[in-house]
Amino acid sequence: MSASAEAHSPELQHHFDSMEQQRSASTLGMWAFVAQELMFFGGLFTAYLVYRYLYPIGFELGSAQLDIKLGGFNTAVLLASSFTMAMAVWAAQTGKKKVLLWMLIATLALGAVFLGVKYVEYSAKIEHHLVPGYNFESDSPYAGQIKMFMALYFAMTGMHALHMVVGFGLLLFYIYHAAKGRYTPEYSHPIELFGLYWHFVDIVWIFLFPLLYLLGRA
Amino acid sequence: MGESHAHHQEPGFWGRYWFSVDHKVIGIQYSVTALLFLFFGFSLMMLMRWQLAFPGEALPLIGSLMGDSRMPGGIMLPEFYNQLGAMHGTIMVFLGVVPLAVGGFGNFVVPLQIGAPDMAFPRLNMMSYHLYFWGGVVMLASFFVPGGAAQSGWTSYPPLSNIAGSGQTWWVVGMLFLIMSSLLGAINFIVTIVQLRAPGLDFWKLPFFVWAQFVTSFLLLLAFPALQAAGLMQLMDRLAGTSFFMPEGLVVAGEVLANTGGGSPILWQHLFWFLAHPEVYVLILPALGIVGEVVANNTRKPLWGYKLLVYSVLFVGFMSFIVWAHHMFITGMGTMMSAFFQTTTMIISIPSVVILTCLLLSLWGGSIRFNTPMLFALAFLPMFGIGGLTGLPLGLASTDIHLHDTYYVIGHFHYVVAPGTIFALFAGVYYWYPKATGRYLSERLGRLHFWPSFIFMNGIFFPMLIQGMHGVQRRLFDGGEIYAHAQEVLHLNKVMSMSAWGLAIAQIPFIINFFLSLKRGASAPDNAWQATTLEWLAPSPPPHGNFAEVPTVYHAPYEYSVPGRADDFLPQFVPGETPSEA
Repeated sequence: MSASAEAHSPELQHHFDSMEQQRSASTLGMWAFVAQELMFFGGLFTAYLVYRYLYPIGFELGSAQLDIKLGGFNTAVLLASSFTMAMAVWAAQTGKKKVLLWMLIATLALGAVFLGVKYVEYSAKIEHHLVPGYNFESDSPYAGQIKMFMALYFAMTGMHALHMVVGFGLLLFYIYHAAKGRYTPEYSHPIELFGLYWHFVDIVWIFLFPLLYLLGRA
Repeated sequence: MGESHAHHQEPGFWGRYWFSVDHKVIGIQYSVTALLFLFFGFSLMMLMRWQLAFPGEALPLIGSLMGDSRMPGGIMLPEFYNQLGAMHGTIMVFLGVVPLAVGGFGNFVVPLQIGAPDMAFPRLNMMSYHLYFWGGVVMLASFFVPGGAAQSGWTSYPPLSNIAGSGQTWWVVGMLFLIMSSLLGAINFIVTIVQLRAPGLDFWKLPFFVWAQFVTSFLLLLAFPALQAAGLMQLMDRLAGTSFFMPEGLVVAGEVLANTGGGSPILWQHLFWFLAHPEVYVLILPALGIVGEVVANNTRKPLWGYKLLVYSVLFVGFMSFIVWAHHMFITGMGTMMSAFFQTTTMIISIPSVVILTCLLLSLWGGSIRFNTPMLFALAFLPMFGIGGLTGLPLGLASTDIHLHDTYYVIGHFHYVVAPGTIFALFAGVYYWYPKATGRYLSERLGRLHFWPSFIFMNGIFFPMLIQGMHGVQRRLFDGGEIYAHAQEVLHLNKVMSMSAWGLAIAQIPFIINFFLSLKRGASAPDNAWQATTLEWLAPSPPPHGNFAEVPTVYHAPYEYSVPGRADDFLPQFVPGETPSEA
């Protein structure tokens, strides 16, 4: 079945010779995309590095303003979502359509929990007058430095959250098509490539968490 | 990402010409849009040149049409001059040359040269063009917001750009669009070149132009995101009240500015030049690729040192990521840093010279056909040479401190990009026009375009080098009129301005040629130039899907004048004995 099915797969785009070529092309494309994402976050991390070096005390004081419990909980949530995503990829590759659907839904749910917790955290920052340019107030002698830390916090976690929201939208798309049974072992690479994206976003958080939350804590 | 079923119904007007996913249509969309932007950016500069040649005098006819916020009574306001300067640079680089070289020629030629039916991701390709288009619209719209367009130079250095009017916000947003467009394009090119080469076309048989586009794509992919991050931070500084680039206690007009503190303006410079130096090679590599194609075709012999050219391009691409701070010698970053970056800068000049030398040696012993594409390609070589050599004193910290921010820098950079890259792009237009339309451009009008352009280009840019060495600063609203040290070279401003307007007149034959030849040009055979690369196998213009059947590649890209053959070229797609490598 597989040979003839592959030759005439309805998912094969007409400018590719075979599903194999289509798969390697999209895989390479996704890796290239991840490479440029890496350089983008690299720019933000460079800014972090520069100001962390300039203002070690302000960064420690700023870090103390963050809720380590919520941050830690979110780290666990995101790691769990990476696990369910990896399960989804495995299910797609082995043709377990039901497992695939439920794993994608689980990933979506965990993503929603992450964004919900982020909302709670951001609200607390607004309440405590810690948002630069909006309501930042501090009587610390290091107020300016704490403000810089908070600006970086919002820029970096904000961009991360934006990537989560994009992933959220894509997940809805894949869940819809997985429910219709579109993904087969011959055509599993959309799920694999989305998995790549999701893990990348996860990894960015793995760097953000210690740099922002754990900094300078005993 | 959701792959739709392949459908074959005929697209309507919008589907065919505006939302097309065909790489050739997209390539032509890019080329036409970019040529319009090039002309627009050039027009901004012509306005500036009036002010420089005749400071404070009313510009007849056009001047009064510009409105009182720009040129009251036809006399240019300094603010408007600054807008013109910033937008000239931005438009020429990001909306003109790069989209024409990469979006236009890359899109149209690369899939044809590698024997592919299309780009790897056709819809992504369409999206790249539309992001570029809307980025351009945002940039143009910024002229009409209160306070006018961005006026902090094309480099948008903070803190000036942070406190500038709302046009700067539009600039940043426009840039974010353009960056996304380039990133998607870069991904598409890399995947296309790696995955969609025709059978038999291994990497060492790729035309030099494809290699150039390949390396260019990596530069775009890895350099542009840094500016994306920097742009985000500048946007936050401007809109959200952060102070990433705002230094402590900034004093503007005698008052300490509120909401400053702690930021580093130098960080912007680092992030900006981390993009913008590789960007210079994005401007030049596709041009080198075009010149390589045209030179091989019109000398009727293989490119001299094909492998050396490829290795040099790869090396240039790598090195271009570690030279950026040579734009920043006077920021006080320290002598150690300066020493490092001037060393890498000297190193990167070596492969550049190798490339130029290979192209020059390719002429040796060839039976050269002096058609219009070849004239532009030949003019490119010395012009790019001048551009490169005048760069050396800028790459060394001790001389750069003297020359920094003078007209010498402007002269150097324009020699690389204007009579350099833009001449190569013209060569490309004349060379591939028969492939896109099935008709040749007129040779007579081509010569009428080339010779005056060549003379006027030098009339504009050579005096800049002289003014710069006299210490005349760039970005001066009056062209240096109030400075004693500039008096000696002030008359050159008129020479340069006259040349600029002359250059505009010299483009008229090109514009006429471009449109007239669509209908009236001599009809061209599929292989219009007796060339060897794959694009000449496809019909002119190539149909959807490009090739009737998948071509097979047998030979290296430039098998011209092969001994023992009746004609003097052996196309890559013609089976037969492969001649020994030259």
